[in-house]
Amino acid sequence: MTAATIVARKSYATTTPAYTPAPQGKVSFSFRNVTKQFGAKAVLQGINLEVYEGQFIAVIGKSGCGKSTLLRLLAGLDKPTSGEIVRGAAALDQKRTRIMFQEPRLLPWARVVANVDVGLTGIERGELARKKSLGILAEVGLADRGGEWPSVLSGGQRQRVALARALVGHPSILALDEPLGALDALTRIEMQQLLERIWLEKKFTAVLVTHDVAEAVALADRVIVIDSGRIALDLQIPVERPRRHASPELVIHERQILDKLYNR
Amino acid sequence: MRSALRSFGHSTIGWFLPFLLLAGWEGASRAGLIPANVLPAPTAVGEAFWKLLLSGELVENIRISTLRALSGFAVGGAIGFALGLTNGLSSLSRELTDTTLQMIRNIPHLALIPLVILWFGIDEEAKLFLVALGVFFPIYVNTLLGIQGVDPQLMEMGRIYGMSRTQLFLRVILPGALPSIFVGLRYALGIMWLTLIVAETISASSGLGYMAMQAREFLLIDVVVLSILIYALLGKLADSLARLLERLSLQWHPAFQTA
Repeated sequence: MTAATIVARKSYATTTPAYTPAPQGKVSFSFRNVTKQFGAKAVLQGINLEVYEGQFIAVIGKSGCGKSTLLRLLAGLDKPTSGEIVRGAAALDQKRTRIMFQEPRLLPWARVVANVDVGLTGIERGELARKKSLGILAEVGLADRGGEWPSVLSGGQRQRVALARALVGHPSILALDEPLGALDALTRIEMQQLLERIWLEKKFTAVLVTHDVAEAVALADRVIVIDSGRIALDLQIPVERPRRHASPELVIHERQILDKLYNR
Repeated sequence: MRSALRSFGHSTIGWFLPFLLLAGWEGASRAGLIPANVLPAPTAVGEAFWKLLLSGELVENIRISTLRALSGFAVGGAIGFALGLTNGLSSLSRELTDTTLQMIRNIPHLALIPLVILWFGIDEEAKLFLVALGVFFPIYVNTLLGIQGVDPQLMEMGRIYGMSRTQLFLRVILPGALPSIFVGLRYALGIMWLTLIVAETISASSGLGYMAMQAREFLLIDVVVLSILIYALLGKLADSLARLLERLSLQWHPAFQTA
């Protein structure tokens, strides 16, 4: 097993670390000295981050550390106060970035499959859109639930519909804002496995914001720890996939991150 | 079979009490407990109904009243709905008009009857105006409330997925506001009958309210009671229609799901 590589970074670091992450290739997006202020409060301070296409990164940090803001900037929901976010060719079109929230945000008045159709707004319509929606529903394991109302689904199933909606338009970047935060522990592990499987198939760039360290190390190639608006840790997780939950290698990484979070 | 029986039971159980009351009333009248000049027996009312039905008077009066009610409803409802939508979607429009509308809302619209008679006389316009005014507010207030109550998280979702303003309105805002709009509709239907009957009682030369007033002049108490019963039935009919519409368009809502 490779020893974990820890690179503690100064907040104003302007370059990526000297070593290069495993799945090298084209840059999916990069944050260049990005700062975000709400009034007088600086939520993000000089974030520099380069993420490669097809990478799965997890962003963790305590509540209010600015991790969700980072995601909203990436999804284009907010604009940075200064600095810039540069997108690679594959993610240039805003439609190529999708975001998934903690709440499924399904339209209660639309059948499940129609909710997935929403993900094809401005991309595809009619018969073909419906076919794609049904296809992706099958991939998330809800092949026979397309005709149901969202209200009859369980929390985990609703979140799977939201995942299908986010993926049906083949995004290049999928931003996940604690999408499993509201699920019970067992459903959570199931969903993590589903997410890993689908990511391995579709090869999009995934950015997962979470405060569950075990979830971060189970899913990500690379974990970023944010502390008071700065990147405090940038850690590679070179563990084989598919990963087993709570395997010893993962636990070692988990401990490293926890130590950093609590300054031990 | 059993479920069919049960659903039959559910739809008929609401009628049990009215029939019991009717039977009690008939019995009390026959026993002389209720004098006929205070409250005629249901059979006497039934006779009056039959006579008026045969003469065509009843059908004609119901037709006129319904026509008045519906046209007032259409005018007031359309304006209320349009303004509710506009004020729900545009904060400028809301700031401009909402205070004024809320002030007017607090005037009981029936208090305007003397003024309305001065303006329009006792013609059709007077009744149309009053019904429209009465119907306007419940529709306006509930449409506005419904739109303002649409989940902002869903709106954000729609925007993220690149919905145009029209798509956002049709797929997120309007369906989200619909339950509240239906509440307004049902209130408005109640106010529609109430206003019309008051207006017809005060100034009309045809319609159900007029029929009741005429009957009072000639001490035809059975016709007066008949008119009142017809109001109850028409009101119930309007409400049932609104509920049917509601059931059809809110199938997604857990409150309307049967299975």
